[in-house]
Order: sequence, then structure tokens, then C-alpha cells
Amino acid sequence: MSGLMTIAGYALRESIRRRVLTVVCVLTAVFLGLYGWGTSAVFDEVRDSAGGLPLDEQVLTGATLLGLAMFVTLFLGVVLAVFLTLGAVRGDAERGLLQPLVVRPVGRRTLLAGRFLASAGVCTAYVLVVYTTALLLTGLIGGFWPGSIVTPALALAGAVAIVVALALLGTTLLSATANGIAIFMLFGAGLTGGLLGQIGAALDSETLGTISEVVLWALPFEALYQDALHALTADIDGVTGIAVQLGPFGGAADASGPILLWAVVYAGLAGAAAVRVFARSDL
Amino acid sequence: MSPSALVTRALTKRYGTQEALAGVDLEVGEGELVGLLGPNGAGKSTLVKITAGLVHATSGSAEVAGAPAGSAAARATLGYLAELFRFPGWCTADELLRLHQRLAGSRGAAAERADLLQLVGLSDAARKPVEQMSKGMQQRLGIAQALVGEPRLVLLDEPTSALDPAGRRAVRGLLEELRRRGVAVLLNSHLLGEVEQVCDRVAIVAGGRLVAEGSPRELSGAGGVEIETAQGTRIFPDAARDDVPQLVAGLVAEGERIYGVHVVRGTLEDAYLRAVEAHR
Ligand SMILES: Nc1ncnc2c1ncn2[C@@H]1O[C@H](COP(=O)(O)OP(=O)(O)O)[C@@H](O)[C@H]1O
Ligand SMILES: [Mg+2]
Repeated sequence: MSGLMTIAGYALRESIRRRVLTVVCVLTAVFLGLYGWGTSAVFDEVRDSAGGLPLDEQVLTGATLLGLAMFVTLFLGVVLAVFLTLGAVRGDAERGLLQPLVVRPVGRRTLLAGRFLASAGVCTAYVLVVYTTALLLTGLIGGFWPGSIVTPALALAGAVAIVVALALLGTTLLSATANGIAIFMLFGAGLTGGLLGQIGAALDSETLGTISEVVLWALPFEALYQDALHALTADIDGVTGIAVQLGPFGGAADASGPILLWAVVYAGLAGAAAVRVFARSDL
Repeated sequence: MSPSALVTRALTKRYGTQEALAGVDLEVGEGELVGLLGPNGAGKSTLVKITAGLVHATSGSAEVAGAPAGSAAARATLGYLAELFRFPGWCTADELLRLHQRLAGSRGAAAERADLLQLVGLSDAARKPVEQMSKGMQQRLGIAQALVGEPRLVLLDEPTSALDPAGRRAVRGLLEELRRRGVAVLLNSHLLGEVEQVCDRVAIVAGGRLVAEGSPRELSGAGGVEIETAQGTRIFPDAARDDVPQLVAGLVAEGERIYGVHVVRGTLEDAYLRAVEAHR
């Protein structure tokens, strides 16, 4: 236990000293500032234009803006997850940074677990803070509050935790650059799968639905993201609801119980595979 | 009797088709200082990495203080400095040692850190970040790191490659200090003179095999005896130190006058080159 905390603390200190967290905080503040400014401008427009359409423009605007913020939050969370774990095993071993730690009695499994704890801790805290801030900005400036507040937060946090587990598995197999590219590619594949599902739902296409389903099971972080979007907009009904569903951030898929359970198992399997590969590798 | 610091039996390692070790039996006794010599690619680093638990042996066994190499018990008794190592640039010397104290479960606290930094001559650099240190300073810090937690066996893979002559001499002193403390050391080095001066025993590997082993004195062997007489210097190439009284007595009996006797020693370098050449 103390070994685990020592490794996690070491990983955290490294990102603080390397100014990773400073850069992230400053740029995120810039993003949130822009988001608040944009939100305020958009809602001013909506109030001025005052109607004509048979739908609630305030709700449509709020849901779309918050959907956008959720996408950016996930994206930034993934960027952070990838860069915090990128070279944790193979990359650091190639540079000779890892060997002095591996030789100590704490062991390779604890080393990975400590890394996971630190990175997943930072990334989930990060998406929670950004999501909450965006939620408050949208609510306080535009008066839009989604039907569900907690579910999207948990889903986003789960999604980045899965990406951290995948990136750690990747780092036991690939050098830093290759791992970074691989994880971003998987992230892109997940997003594509999600979008195909949304289009499939709109067009009532079974093939697209199936493709999307396969992608969501293969990359369950996307299933969680879809679930977050769904929870955001699920209680909006009538014409406004249809309009939101057709927009780019209308969540098509409500993640079912089995896929949520699978997401947890998936992260566990990725972690176990990482432990196994690491235990067998020569450093 | 406590078990030897290190025992390997028929140890082999293949990296794919590349055979790095082809059956090595080596023992490092409690508190013994053993030098591991051999040409580049001989398998020295591989042997050390297997001992440290970084690399998995293909067959054979390696035990550190009675525990299988790579086990937590084995890792808890050793200290290691890799040939190619790096410490995080943002970390200060003191922080690095503190991290390793925690990981090694050492209770030495600040006193141990100060002692180790002093031992390697870095007392003034305790608060210096690694990225501001020269390679030689980093190597000395690496040696201090390997000594955290009072290990019973210290593995040093070419620990003086980046050091200047003064630094090397300091390391020799440090090795002698370790001997006094009863710490066993396995030292990989290309510097034959260094090994000859400090090691109790030398093992020479070539092509993944142990090709010669013994104390530096045994390995160097006799280089003959030179005796100065009135007739000039007479050379007895096959004689050793033990033969001197008999030789002198014989010459005196023949009526020679003796002005001086010189026992010529072979060098470890000669022995090394012979062993490695013979292997080819
Ligand atoms: N990770 C590795 N993958 C493949 N071959 C390796 C690896 N490490 C070492 N070797 C090979 O094993 C042999 C022994 O290497 P090494 O133990 O580093 O020798 P030394 O330390 O005596 O110079 C060399 O032929 C080297 O090329
Ligand atoms: Mg070597």
C-alpha cells in the first residue's frame, strides 16, 4: 500500500514539476472563458430573435452548447490521459528511467497500479471540474439545466478512466510515440462509431446501428460518452426534443446495464493484460 | 551459515536467436568483491540484469542471498546501478534518494541520505536537480542510489564510465569502504587496473561463457624472476616468487654474487587477453 502511494505520488510530482498540470490549468481556463463568453453571446441572440419557431430555442441552444462542452471535455480528458501515461513503461524503460524503480521490492504490478491511480485520478478530477464549470456557465448564463446532472459526470469520468487503462496497456507494448498515436486512433474510431450510431438512428439503418454497436462494445469509453450525451437530453420532449436529437450532440444511445458492466470489466481486463505483459518483458 | 550473495547455475539467456549467456556458473560470496570482465557483447550486463530481476533467464537458475533472482525477497537485498540509466531531471539528489528509501523500505531517513551523499562526494549537491548535474555527478548519485537501504549485494554495471581519474579513485575508495562494511559487490568494468586493485576475485566472460576465474593474482600468474649478478641480469622465465630462495642459494653455491632479485608479475591485462583470445 505504501509502495502504491509512493509511486502514485512520484507520478503526480513529476507532472507538477514538469509543469504539465500548470499548462493544462491555464489552457483549460482559457477554454472555459471562451465558452462562457460564447454562451453569453449566443443566448443574447436567442432572446433577441424571439421565436417564430414551434420549439423552445433556449433549451435547444443550451443542450447543443453543453453537448459541445462535453465533447471538448472528453477530448481534453483523453489528451491528458494519453500524455500522462504515454511512456510510463516502454518509453521510460528505453530511456533508462524505469529500471531503477523496477529493481526495488515494490514490484511491477504496484508500479502499474500506482501509475493508474495517479493518471486516472488526475484525469477524472479534471473532467469533473471542467464538466461542472461548463454546466454552471450554461445554467447561470443561459438558464438551461439538463435533466440529469450526475450521470453525465460519472460517465465522462468513467470514459477517461478507461482510456487511461488502455493507454497503460499500450505503454507495455509500444514505445511512447507509437502508443500515443494508437490511443488517439482508437479514440477517433470510437467517436466515428458513435456518430455512425447517431446517423443510423436518424436514418433508421440497421447496418449502421450494428456497426456502431460493435464499436461501442469494443471501445466502451464511447458508450459511456454516448450515455452522457443521452442523459443530458433525454428528458427534452416534443419538437425541441426531436431537434436536439438531430443535432450533432444529440445522444443516440442510452448505455444499457450490460454495457456499463462491460465497461468496468473492460478496464479491469486492460489492466490485467498490462500487468501480464509487463511482468513478462525484459527491461 | 548464510547463503552466498549470488549463485548462478547453468544460466542461459537468448534474446530471440541471439544467445547472450550460454551457461554461466558464478558465485559471489558474502561480502566478496567480484569483478566481471569481458569484451563488449560478452553478456556481462545480461548477467547483472538477470540478477536484478529485470531480464528473465531462458534456463538455469540465479539466487540472490538464497532467494530466486527477480523475487521481491531477492530485490529487497540488492542495490543496482545500470550501465545506461537516467534519473528524472526535475528530481533533486536528496529527493531521489528519499524516493528510493521509500521504495526500498529503508528506515535510514535523513542521516542515511546525508551519509550516502557524503560517501560519493555530493554533499554540496543535495538540492541540485539532476538536470543540472554533469554525467559524472549523475553516475555518483547513481552509486549512492544503489546503496540505499544497506543492500547485501550491490550490482554496479560500469559505474565509472563517465568519471574522471579523481572520480574513479574515489569509487575505488568507496568499494573498499563497502568491503569493510561486508557488502558483496559485483562490478562490471572495462578498467582492468581498477578491477585488479580492488577486487577479491575476477570472472572473465566471453561469448556468454565464463572463460577464466580467480583472484587477480592467480589470474595474472607468474612472469618469471630476474636476478642481478656480477655477470649481468639472469632471467628465469618459468620461476615464481616461491622459487627465489632456492635459485639464490643455487647461484651463491656456484660462486655468483647477487645484487638484486626481482619477481616479475604477469599483468591482468595479459591474462585477460589470453583468456579472451583463447575463446575465439
Ligand atoms: N534487449 C536485447 N535484445 C536483443 N539482444 C540483446 C539485448 N540485450 C543484449 N543483447 C545482446 O546480448 C549480447 C550480450 O549483451 P550484453 O549483456 O549487453 O553484453 P556486455 O554487457 O557484456 O557488453 C550482445 O550480443 C547483445 O547484442
Ligand atoms: Mg554491458
